[in-house]
Amino acid sequence: MAEFRMPSLGADMEHGKVVEWLVKPGDYVHKGDIVAAVDTDKTVMDIESFEEGVVAEFLVDLGDTVDVGTPIARITATPAELPPAPTPPVPQADAPSPKAAPPVRHLAHTLGVDVGRISGSGTDGEVTRADVERAAAAAPGTSAGPAPAVAPEAPAGPAEDTAHRVRSSPLARRLALELGVDLAGIPGTGPGGAVTEEDVLAAVPPRERAPQGTRADKPAAAPPSAVPATEPATPDLKAPAPPAPQPQLASHPGRKDAGGKAESLRQAIGALMSRSKKEIPHYYLSTTLDLAAAMAWMQAANQQRPVSSRLVPSALLLKATALAAREVPDMNGFFTRGAFQASSSVHLGVAVALRPGGLVAPALHDADTLTLDQLMDQLRDLVGRARAGRLQRAEMADPTITVTNLGDLGVESVYGVIYPPQVAMVGFGKVLEQPWAHHGMLGIRHAAIATLSADHRVSDGLRGGRFLARIDELLQKPGDL
Amino acid sequence: MKTTYREAMRAALRDAMQRDDRVFLMGEDVGRYGGSFAVSLGLLEEFGPERIRDTPLSESGFVGAGIGSALGGMRPVVEIMTVNFSLLALDQIINNAATLLHMSGGQFNVPIVIRMTTGAGRQLGAQHSHSLEGWYAHIPGLRILAPATLADARGMLWTALQDPDPVLIFEHGSLYNVAGELDDDAGAVDIDKAAVLRHGDGLTLVTYGGTLPMVLEAANRLAGEDIDADVIDLRTLRPLDAHTVVDSVARTHRAVVVDEGWRSGSISAEIAARICEQAFFDLDAPVERVCSLEVPVPYAKHLEQAALPSVERVMAAARRAVGANG
Repeated sequence: MAEFRMPSLGADMEHGKVVEWLVKPGDYVHKGDIVAAVDTDKTVMDIESFEEGVVAEFLVDLGDTVDVGTPIARITATPAELPPAPTPPVPQADAPSPKAAPPVRHLAHTLGVDVGRISGSGTDGEVTRADVERAAAAAPGTSAGPAPAVAPEAPAGPAEDTAHRVRSSPLARRLALELGVDLAGIPGTGPGGAVTEEDVLAAVPPRERAPQGTRADKPAAAPPSAVPATEPATPDLKAPAPPAPQPQLASHPGRKDAGGKAESLRQAIGALMSRSKKEIPHYYLSTTLDLAAAMAWMQAANQQRPVSSRLVPSALLLKATALAAREVPDMNGFFTRGAFQASSSVHLGVAVALRPGGLVAPALHDADTLTLDQLMDQLRDLVGRARAGRLQRAEMADPTITVTNLGDLGVESVYGVIYPPQVAMVGFGKVLEQPWAHHGMLGIRHAAIATLSADHRVSDGLRGGRFLARIDELLQKPGDL
Repeated sequence: MKTTYREAMRAALRDAMQRDDRVFLMGEDVGRYGGSFAVSLGLLEEFGPERIRDTPLSESGFVGAGIGSALGGMRPVVEIMTVNFSLLALDQIINNAATLLHMSGGQFNVPIVIRMTTGAGRQLGAQHSHSLEGWYAHIPGLRILAPATLADARGMLWTALQDPDPVLIFEHGSLYNVAGELDDDAGAVDIDKAAVLRHGDGLTLVTYGGTLPMVLEAANRLAGEDIDADVIDLRTLRPLDAHTVVDSVARTHRAVVVDEGWRSGSISAEIAARICEQAFFDLDAPVERVCSLEVPVPYAKHLEQAALPSVERVMAAARRAVGANG
């Protein structure tokens, strides 16, 4: 028996609204199955089950907004564990009054024991205090009689849940919530077996520690998304982009809902970015990438491809960034609780502008291992779902380094604000033809300005410079990306 | 310079008398006897009987007179021999000094400073050994100070005299003979902030007044067991600077509060409650408290010591908090 609780989809999320159930009571769910869609203040996200079993019942109604951690459904191991319908309390008036003094009856009521079902050991079979206590001890919390305030058959409240009764320190609970681990499975070493901070940290390998909610960056534009099929196959090097969504901060008049959403997203972005600027000592570097080789290679590759699967420069830039992040671990990971934890995987956050305004930066998981085609596919999918509000928790929580690309908006360079608890943000500007000196000759080449905003608590300019230089080097051999 | 807590107190009094001729000292035996604890020794000769006034054994009377003189524009420093005897003046302190500003609609401040000794450990028996400063810290309208260091003994009085409202200064009897170095130019100190006297990341030890030396010693010995403690001297019991405590606990995740008062309803209870209110999700262990046993302080030495907080008890609580030795 387990309770499915409103998950935390980021450290700054306090509550969520269930907007859709994607399963129904009686359905069998596996770990990782999507069970519901939840509206946070920012976006609608699919949430997956952490349990395997049968959905027993929903504990909240559609449209209910509940705090993080509130049980929203019960999942049982087998259908047999489905609860019987709660029985209404038996009216006392109809039952022959068992012989018991009022104080004894009061005690029975308090302990949730039905006096009528106890055989009394007192004079004339009168029920005594001892009888009641024995009955209560023998059947803890099984009563069909006058229901105590929390009858076991009543839909389980938090107090009924074993997971809820895991002895643990408040810090351990907070940490478990942030890291998305279940306290119930962690052996406790504290007083009385309480789970402590140390126990939680010991149970979660550092690389699996989900960062605390990271959502928003400065107003940024979307990376290019799917190439519309109608786009003519021009040798034009400008990335074929969909009609660029202009981030709008003003809500549409007459679209209160979207306006409210944009408003709360703006506030969330503001809060997170303020925190970033307050807490993270940023340093900034920029370099101009020589994209002659990359663009030439891409044009050649695109000539072999149908329009729908053409590459765009962003794909190459993202892949090169992911590979460089793998090689320079000080750019890739999380700074939490006063220390930096490098991540062994590269989950590349991609800033996506949302139509009503604001943005999200979900992760391309293991971007360093994707082929360019896989990367393009996943990027399209991710951008589409981000705009439709169908991102998953892991995608929101996992980015280890983030990229923002404002080239589509004609911006030449962008210096981003780091998403806490990440430690680096890479910005790409527009790919331009530029006069370029090379081996004593002047020519025209494609180039773009790459910038790095990085956390000075973790690295310094030397390491940051090497990281940008690696991106440039990797782009010189586009065939290897 | 080398000095003692007693001498630092005396220097503070002398300094205040010299700087402001509205300041005078009155209390039992403050003049010809030189003070029950010799704090005012020599001041009668220096400032004369007008400003160093011996009073009858009548706490309610002379504290009331002090309140009246404060209302009349003076800056009285009233000494009460021990906090136990201050109970005779509770009506004056709580019903008059603490309330007049409010009841006069802000027209009358009561700029009085009342000094008294507090605390046990010197075999003076139950009627001279209790720590009741926590009671006074319950009262709105009073400011409660507990100087525990030479710098505070030297510096709190002048700042208290600048306060337009009543200030009570509690001097732990065991501190008077504490000797140490004090800057030659030591002067007034702030009375708003707690002080972090020792830095460590493993645990927060919170205390004030007479138990501070014990807590510092416990912290030093704990360091030998790799338990590194922040030591916070509250300094002011009302208004409490919970902020400093909470900041520390947010970093260390564990707290032990040491208070010579009785556990039930003591300042330690208030500190523990504030930690739970303001740093709950930073706690990794229950807040521990080391207080006096809930008995009238015994006269017999071994019983008295057994009833009071000790280095060993502080260390045991610290080990419990960090999960060492259970």
